[in-house]
Amino acid sequence: MLEAYPDEILRVSDLHAFYGESHILHGVDFTVQRGEVVTLLGRNGSGRSTTLKAILGLVSRRSGHVSVNGRQVIGLPPHRIARLGVGYCPEERGIFASLSVEENLLLPPVIRAGGMSLDEIYDMFPNLKERRSSQGSKLSGGEQQMLAIARILRPGAYLLLLDEITEGLAPVIVQTLGEVIRKLKARGYTIVLVEQNFHFAAPLADRHYVIEHGRVAAMIDKEDLDENKDRINSLLSV
Amino acid sequence: MDISFKAILIQGMLGLNNGAFYAMLSLGLAVIFGLLNIVNFAHGAFYMLGAFAALIGLTQLGGWIGMPDLQINFWWALLLAPLFVGLLGVLVDRTMLKRLAGLDHLYGLLLTFGIALVLQGLFTNYYNTAGTPYPGKPEMLDGVVNLGFMFFPKYRLFALVFSLLVCLLTWYLIERTKLGAILRAGTENPDLVQALGINVPLLITLTYGFGVGLAALAGVLAAPIYSVSPLMGAELIIVVFAVVVIGGMGSIMGAIVTGLGLGMIEGITKVVYPPASSTVVFIIMAIVLLVRPAGLFGRE
Repeated sequence: MLEAYPDEILRVSDLHAFYGESHILHGVDFTVQRGEVVTLLGRNGSGRSTTLKAILGLVSRRSGHVSVNGRQVIGLPPHRIARLGVGYCPEERGIFASLSVEENLLLPPVIRAGGMSLDEIYDMFPNLKERRSSQGSKLSGGEQQMLAIARILRPGAYLLLLDEITEGLAPVIVQTLGEVIRKLKARGYTIVLVEQNFHFAAPLADRHYVIEHGRVAAMIDKEDLDENKDRINSLLSV
Repeated sequence: MDISFKAILIQGMLGLNNGAFYAMLSLGLAVIFGLLNIVNFAHGAFYMLGAFAALIGLTQLGGWIGMPDLQINFWWALLLAPLFVGLLGVLVDRTMLKRLAGLDHLYGLLLTFGIALVLQGLFTNYYNTAGTPYPGKPEMLDGVVNLGFMFFPKYRLFALVFSLLVCLLTWYLIERTKLGAILRAGTENPDLVQALGINVPLLITLTYGFGVGLAALAGVLAAPIYSVSPLMGAELIIVVFAVVVIGGMGSIMGAIVTGLGLGMIEGITKVVYPPASSTVVFIIMAIVLLVRPAGLFGRE
């Protein structure tokens, strides 16, 4: 379904981002190819979540170059970037408490054909089907996380930015999320995962970028993981 | 003190009538505050503009544009005045309020307060503050209806029913439709809603237009009852703010119920203890603030 698009879905180069006066990103560079699962690893506060937010324009100021599917987006407002095919799942999950599960699911507008139907989404997340009319505020942490991911599958986005989806969840739910990521990859989605949990990310991802002090410190291919174990551990250890 | 039950019912009905105006105005205020985070002090001025739009459309507009026979009657005013004032609101948001995005509440409050003063000043300059009666009450709404316990002016009954319908429609729109879901989500987290692909700046502009349009609609409805005066909104808006504080910002139904309820309490106080009738709302506000600072229907 993505043959019409170039291989390079996301290119970020020399990306700087600010919250108010704080300079958070100091020239982040990375690329994501079509169909890849790529992780952004790093310590707390290294700038991984900010990188996702800066791609979407959710920071107070940003400069540099971000292109989505070949199109420069640095000057666009967030909703226009989302409509190019970017789905965003925030770290705090962002489930709207005053909306029902189904209202949450139906909130993002459909931007192009090829997204998943409500039935397909409910097949992938049977829990959500059972709770379709519950208020968003009544969901458990795991259900909220499922909903936050499910919500960006319907509009037809092809690039998913997922921020810390395993954070604070029970192992059995983390396992389910791993399955979900595999299924999404198989469907052709391109995924950028910000992860703290390296054991979750390692078997899923094609490539890993390690972010440190607002820059990319290393890029490691899946094949080279074993020989780089020590390096990764030293980059990620607190 | 001998207070007849009948007198209480009568004042209660008249109070309910005022309450319906409170409800419509506080509804708009609550929706605007929810999404824009702006305490819209210009709300009373837009209510006044609605009444003046009806008055001018009926008596002066034709002369101004060289078509002396043109008279915009009450029914057309009910449709056109809110549209016109709503568009004005869109303009205010696009040219002024947008620039305050991200700043402290206080700036929005000061700006809208300034807008209210400018509008009131302009109209005071051309129309006196004593008020002009609106001569266009439809003939079919002249006279009274017998409610069993009292004779109630037909027009007031119409205004009451009409504003209740508008309130219920607004409630339905916000709580039960897709557009309303977007609005509620935007109230919770506008940045995320925008990141999900929704044009939030446009939503904000339209919401402001809708809110002040609602105020203008209340103004048109009020024109045949109260005289049309530049200060009619300034007098009302203080009570409406109290209504919003008492009801709480969280709930649409809360704004409606509180508006109606306080109007009725105000009316009944006129019989039970007349000196307190204009302060009772504020006494209730003080008590509610002490006991439940988020308001009766507010979410913490």
